Amino acid sequence: MSFKIASSPHQHNQRSTAHIMRLVALACLPGIAVQAVLFGYGVLIQLILAIVTAWLSEALILKLRGKPVFARLKDNSALLTAVLLAVAIPPYAPWWIIVIGTAFAIIMVKQLYGGLGNNLFNPAMAAYVLLLVSFPLQMTQWLPPLSLQSVDLTPLDAVCSIFTHYSCSGFSLSQLQANIDGITMATPLDTLRTDLSRGLTLDESLNRPVFFAFAGTGWLWVNLAYLAGGLLLIQQKIISWRIPLAVIASLFVLSAIATLAAPDTVAGPLFHLFSGGTMLAAFFIATDPVSASTTNKGRLVYGALIGLLVFLIRNFGGYPDAYAFAVLLANMAVPLIDYYTRPRTYGHRPRSELK
Amino acid sequence: MPGLFQQIQAGKLWDFHGGIHPPGRKQQTTQKPIAVLPIPDRLYLPLRQHIGVAGQLLVRVGERVLKGQQLTSAENSMAVPVHAPTSGTVLSITPHTSPHPSALPELTLVLEPDGLDEWRQREPLNFLTCDNMTLLSRIQDSGIAGMGGAGFPTHIKAGLTQPVDYLIINAVECEPYISADDLLMQEAATTIVKGIDILCRLLNPKAVLIGIEDDKPIAAAAMMAACSQREHYYVRIVPTKYPSGGEKQLIQLLTNKEVPNGRRPADIGIVMQNVGTAFAIAQAVLDDHPLLSRIVTVAGDTLNQPQNVLALLGTPVSALLDACGFQSQPQQRVIMGGPMMGFTLPDLSVPVVKTTNCILAPTAQELPSASTEMDCIRCSACADACPASLLPQQLLWYSKAKDNDKLQEYNLADCIECGACAYVCPSEIPLVQYYRVAKADIREQQREALKAEQAKARFEARNARLEQEKQERQQRNQQLAAARQQQQLASGANTAVADALARIKAKQAQAAPADERNKEQILAERELKKQQAREYQQQKAQQQEQQQNAQQQAPEQHSGQPEQTPAATDNTNSKAAAVAAAIARAQAKKAAQATEQQATEQQVTPAPNTEKSHQAAVSAEADPRKAAIAAAIARAKAKQQAQTENESSAPPASAGAVNKPAAESDAAVTPEDPRKAAVAAALARAKAKKQASAEPTEQTAASATGASEPDAVVTEDPRKAAIAAAIARAKARKQADSENS
Repeated sequence: MSFKIASSPHQHNQRSTAHIMRLVALACLPGIAVQAVLFGYGVLIQLILAIVTAWLSEALILKLRGKPVFARLKDNSALLTAVLLAVAIPPYAPWWIIVIGTAFAIIMVKQLYGGLGNNLFNPAMAAYVLLLVSFPLQMTQWLPPLSLQSVDLTPLDAVCSIFTHYSCSGFSLSQLQANIDGITMATPLDTLRTDLSRGLTLDESLNRPVFFAFAGTGWLWVNLAYLAGGLLLIQQKIISWRIPLAVIASLFVLSAIATLAAPDTVAGPLFHLFSGGTMLAAFFIATDPVSASTTNKGRLVYGALIGLLVFLIRNFGGYPDAYAFAVLLANMAVPLIDYYTRPRTYGHRPRSELK
Repeated sequence: MPGLFQQIQAGKLWDFHGGIHPPGRKQQTTQKPIAVLPIPDRLYLPLRQHIGVAGQLLVRVGERVLKGQQLTSAENSMAVPVHAPTSGTVLSITPHTSPHPSALPELTLVLEPDGLDEWRQREPLNFLTCDNMTLLSRIQDSGIAGMGGAGFPTHIKAGLTQPVDYLIINAVECEPYISADDLLMQEAATTIVKGIDILCRLLNPKAVLIGIEDDKPIAAAAMMAACSQREHYYVRIVPTKYPSGGEKQLIQLLTNKEVPNGRRPADIGIVMQNVGTAFAIAQAVLDDHPLLSRIVTVAGDTLNQPQNVLALLGTPVSALLDACGFQSQPQQRVIMGGPMMGFTLPDLSVPVVKTTNCILAPTAQELPSASTEMDCIRCSACADACPASLLPQQLLWYSKAKDNDKLQEYNLADCIECGACAYVCPSEIPLVQYYRVAKADIREQQREALKAEQAKARFEARNARLEQEKQERQQRNQQLAAARQQQQLASGANTAVADALARIKAKQAQAAPADERNKEQILAERELKKQQAREYQQQKAQQQEQQQNAQQQAPEQHSGQPEQTPAATDNTNSKAAAVAAAIARAQAKKAAQATEQQATEQQVTPAPNTEKSHQAAVSAEADPRKAAIAAAIARAKAKQQAQTENESSAPPASAGAVNKPAAESDAAVTPEDPRKAAVAAALARAKAKKQASAEPTEQTAASATGASEPDAVVTEDPRKAAIAAAIARAKARKQADSENS
């Protein structure tokens, strides 16, 4: 009788890539739910479009590359990319935006680099930047929270406006963006940015209806939901605490210093943490293992770099929010960060002592 | 801040990086007593069961051996003998599947037990009264090698002369399933402590630290009880974590020390022994019971009765499994060792050896086989688990790329192959396997490099030897030559001629009886030689002609010429000619350069009259020729003079002198004659110059300087010539000035 030969170890902890990816996607659910409730159901339609596009593009390229299609689709990495891009773009953007973005993310950013594990850049964020640069109008048409909208939107309206550019009752997106007084309402970050550039002080701007307490109306809750999902991931040891902490801490410290130096023109740390995509980026996007730093020290550097870049771009750059740019720039620095943050091997002296 | 020893005494524990927590699954076997296996039909005893070298065979096929009888001798310090585990007959000594991951056949003694279990003569020792050497040789002769898994000869570690601070007894047993040490401690704690006493006697440590994982409370209690009389024995309960039982990891856990890269624990004053080894030492010394059997955990869900068994060394695995009710499954794996570091067996005839602590026969549900390897997603779970703080995913990357330099930079050699990285890898990449292959590659490469290095050294040594021999030979020849010369000097200058004459006479005397043909031959030879001489002269004349031609052409073709002419002169071997030629060449070259310069200068200066400058350029080309002819005449004269002088004074050219630039050697040998030649040359040149100055007005400026430039250089040492040249130049210039104005 013959026995099976295998190499040690013969035991495995049974946590697979598919499992990890699925858990990360599931941890997005609280955030998605809050987004859907507060900002309308557009995000759900975007999700469906993104996932279908991602699977189709992944299958197509895997087929072309002669790889096993279903075995690879099962790793859920395409699904996760789709989810992250879908929640990042404006919920009522036309359908082709998300389709182009997801296809680009999967085909160009991920598969052309060699597939899962080989891409230099975060696929979702690279696609986001592509869309933002190519379709600036569609990518900045964020609707205000439902509570501020002059017209009530039904789920059917979401479908209509995504596929026909007009809601079922015939309103265009820019009309929907306007409040009862007919003034267009942008995102809190955008509003603040415009106000500050018009010479208003921070306090004057924060009195607008798009703001609530220390952050944007609705956005506070979205961020809190993503924070909860992220903490769950850390508790499950799916992601390391280092990157989220570094992102949040560096953004917090920098904005705290800046707001102390210029209280009228720079928003405070809490505003920065709970506006825009901070929590989503810190817990779900920056922690993408493939494109992030892999050493423990390096992760802290990587996260802090993202925080710094976001702070700089938000306050001094040309865009209201900047996670996509910050993450991509930090992705580029990853090989360097990894090289210089190698841990000391057991029994070896620290590298600094060797010189 | 208390010192390290105080901290250790106070019971402080440290931690090591990484580690994993696989399910222990030890309850299968810890609750049952150790079963004693019946003596099997055959015992397969590999002659080498440890790290090191095998001993020399002491028995022959067909011989009857007694229990405990040495089957191999241990002359080498890295060898430990194997013993007959029971009495019986040696059936054969043949290669047999080895208990090694490779399963390569290894020389194995097959013993047929006779069932009598008859002991040889035994001589128990009192370890308190005998000296260390006796104890150490007893340990070696009893065949004891590390029983934790590595199988390092124990007498070497126990016989260290370095001072030892801590003796660490490894009873951690961190791999899942394995409980052999646990049961041993439960049942034989006092014997183990006696073994530790013997080790203390040999090593004299400051303290003994006994590390036990917290999942063995009964064993720990038994050990604590047994150690209660010993002041400096400390039982330390360490948290369950894999691989706490690794030597380096346990040292870090108990003492917060790290074994420096490439060193041994002894270098930091630590010796570690397995608890089973301590037991074996006690048996060997106190009972003269060599290492004949060991406790093996037989576990896995395919067994009806998983348990620990006391198995004779050499017992085939099949006997162990059968004793525990093994029911094989399709695609069955049988693992020797634990699930993390053990290896699968190709068949069940593989025997239990000194390092075998576990036989595992799991079901597919229990330990699922690895599924398909996926791409690395760089999640770094492996780095978080690595107890050596390596970066396994980088190592994987470089292993795949076969980048051995990078692998060494990332300290692949520090990988202990514990398998923690592969255990946590979500992509189920068999990382350890990649590292094993890479390590083997690197070893192979290093061996090749070493071989190449040795070959190079050999080659260089040979070259040096040949060179030395050559030099010695030369020296000897020189000495002999010198001796001959001295002899000649002593016997007068003419002795050589006299000798030669004597030789000729002797030859003639010998040849006289011979026939007439000899004379004819000699005549013919003479004729031939004359012929050759004539030819040689002809050749020489031709060459000289060629040279002259070449020099005349020189002003036009100044680039290739200098290389050709020296070659020609070298061939003639006539130095005088070479001198003359060299001078002439130099002149020609200078002249050429000068004219060229002149020409270009004239072209560059924004001349008001372009026609004029053009004409000047043409004349500059025409004029040097005349100068060259004059120079050649001068050279011929010089040559004649030089030859006449040389023939009288210069000795035959030596081998070295020929190689040197002819001009240089000549200047050294005959510093006098070139001057005369140069004077002649200068006179000739002066004439040529006069002629040139008489030429139509526009051309003079160019030609005069063209001719005079080389003078200045070539006739540097012949001063007279220089003066003449200077006068000529001054004249030419005046003329030129008057023309220009």
